[in-house]
Amino acid sequence: MTRLDILKTYKIYIGGQFPRTESGRYYPLTGRNKELLANVCLSSRKDFRNAIVAARTAFAGWSSRSGFNRGQILYRIAEMLEGRKEQFIAELMIQGSTPKAASEEVSCSVDLLVYYAGWCDKYQALFSSVNPVASSHFNFSVPEAMGVVSIISSEESSLLGLVSSIAPVITGGNTCVVLASESKPLCSVTFAEVLNSSDVPGGVVNILTGKSSELHQHFASHMDVNALNYHREDKKEITNIREQACLNVKRVFTHSASDVTSGSPYLILENQEIKTTWHPVEQIGPGKAGY
Amino acid sequence: MTQDRKKIVFHHYESTSFSEPGNANKLFFPFYCLNSLVRNSFTFAYSTNQMTTFKIPDFTKSPTIDQVGIEERVARFNTRSIKKESKVKGLKLILNMIDLTTLEGKDTEGKVKQMCYKAMHLHDILPDLPTVAAVCVYPPMVRAAKQALLNSKVKVASVATAFPSGQSTRQVKLLDTRYAVEEGADEIDMVISRGEYLKGNYNFVFDEIAAVKQACGPARLKVIFETGELSTLDNIRRISDLAMYAGADFIKTSTGKISPAATMPVTLVMLEAIRDFYFTTGKMIGMKPAGGISTAKSGLQYLVMLRETLGNDWLSNEWFRFGASSLANDVLMQLVKEKTGVYQSKDYFSAD
Repeated sequence: MTRLDILKTYKIYIGGQFPRTESGRYYPLTGRNKELLANVCLSSRKDFRNAIVAARTAFAGWSSRSGFNRGQILYRIAEMLEGRKEQFIAELMIQGSTPKAASEEVSCSVDLLVYYAGWCDKYQALFSSVNPVASSHFNFSVPEAMGVVSIISSEESSLLGLVSSIAPVITGGNTCVVLASESKPLCSVTFAEVLNSSDVPGGVVNILTGKSSELHQHFASHMDVNALNYHREDKKEITNIREQACLNVKRVFTHSASDVTSGSPYLILENQEIKTTWHPVEQIGPGKAGY
Repeated sequence: MTQDRKKIVFHHYESTSFSEPGNANKLFFPFYCLNSLVRNSFTFAYSTNQMTTFKIPDFTKSPTIDQVGIEERVARFNTRSIKKESKVKGLKLILNMIDLTTLEGKDTEGKVKQMCYKAMHLHDILPDLPTVAAVCVYPPMVRAAKQALLNSKVKVASVATAFPSGQSTRQVKLLDTRYAVEEGADEIDMVISRGEYLKGNYNFVFDEIAAVKQACGPARLKVIFETGELSTLDNIRRISDLAMYAGADFIKTSTGKISPAATMPVTLVMLEAIRDFYFTTGKMIGMKPAGGISTAKSGLQYLVMLRETLGNDWLSNEWFRFGASSLANDVLMQLVKEKTGVYQSKDYFSAD
């Protein structure tokens, strides 16, 4: 007797859980020969709202962890991803990659996570400064996590696009809500499973699948989002996003598809706020300035 | 055992006295008797010329509760869809039913004053917003709250009777209550002795509530059961019956100090007890779920449950309250969202 295939249900990832979209909508994803690969959740604005609530809740805990600990967790994501390499390669291939490209994309994603894991406790030192001031104050600037970041990740790259958009954001202590590629969403859901099994607290990364044309305005207008990273090239959407983002003066950063592979500490810095502190110089020794 | 039949007379204030507390002062307790052994009938005086007499039931025979049935009923309330216009009305009604609460050891007059301002000015950018129903504070903060709310219709509720544990002597509890009333509290939120109740010492709890009710004078009495400590729905139903017969004007789920606090199943059991009490005696009792209700959505679900269990008569802050602090801001955020179409952030609403 032939065995029935057990097909995976691709769901979204909110607050460490895998719910279906509250709207009950889905879109069929087809392969090269028009065969049905999966029914994928068509997320609604309410899913986005719920995801933002989860991200906001998770923010205090994630941003107050030590950089070192965040680094350990990012490294753990890399380990888990490495362990499920074959699954990702298979998924990339049914979404149209060649075996070689697929294998490269997964290795590159793992390496990128390790790269950012290393930066977790180092970017602060790189971007902090002690500033000369003309009064008896000790004046220094340090980067701080911005808050909740909404991300519309690359349309073309199923896994690497997702990883490269998420990693620098969470490295910096932010939490995020990510819209995955509409035409290649399979890896995003599997990557959520990787996150779920790698000590990342629920709500730090939330992944939605669906249409940017429907959701981008909510990503841009929601008052509880502090920054938006846009990794696509639709000019109309970019204009729209920039307008909507004015409501609460969100920071908007746009990236082209070619940015995908390279890691950079400056991508961490994008989603940081620089906080400057004035501290009066204290008398430490008798009759001597302390600093 | 032979039992003497004596009558206990309780005053139930006419609804008008709620908005004009001055009226309540004219009423007084003509006579009062406290003895579990001799008590077995009750007279309510609705006004001087309206009297109802009824027997106190045996509380050990309170109806038992079908937990599965209650949960299924609650699940059905939660499927109701409330659309735009009625949603906005519901949200405003929720705001108007809130007892804005601060009950912390670190409370100061300053904090209370700030909360009272919030009670009167929920979000001034939105026109036509109601005020909340009341603020709820500890007895030493009543005076400050009263002063801050001068010239507004917001009531001052005070917890009393060794809140939140209720572990003290009757004497201390009565002093606590009288102090709060003298300071100007319009409403008293008392806690019952859960230990005595769970021991089965129902007469003790009955007398305690009746004595506090007497000490309240003109103030309305809310009786807190701390349902999280009573473990079964049967216990909750029984204490609801007991408290209402003992003179509670309101029954209230929890102190907000332990979890679980208010839940929909518990509230439904209490609402059904209120309904049955109303059918038996004709007297309306108020309901106050408190603690754990922090989202506008769950607020609306409670309203649906209230409407479908007790009807329109209870849909006002005279008969239903939410004990909450963070609920107000969530409701405000939903109201602004309905107006602007944009999801809101707590950053742009005053702290509560």
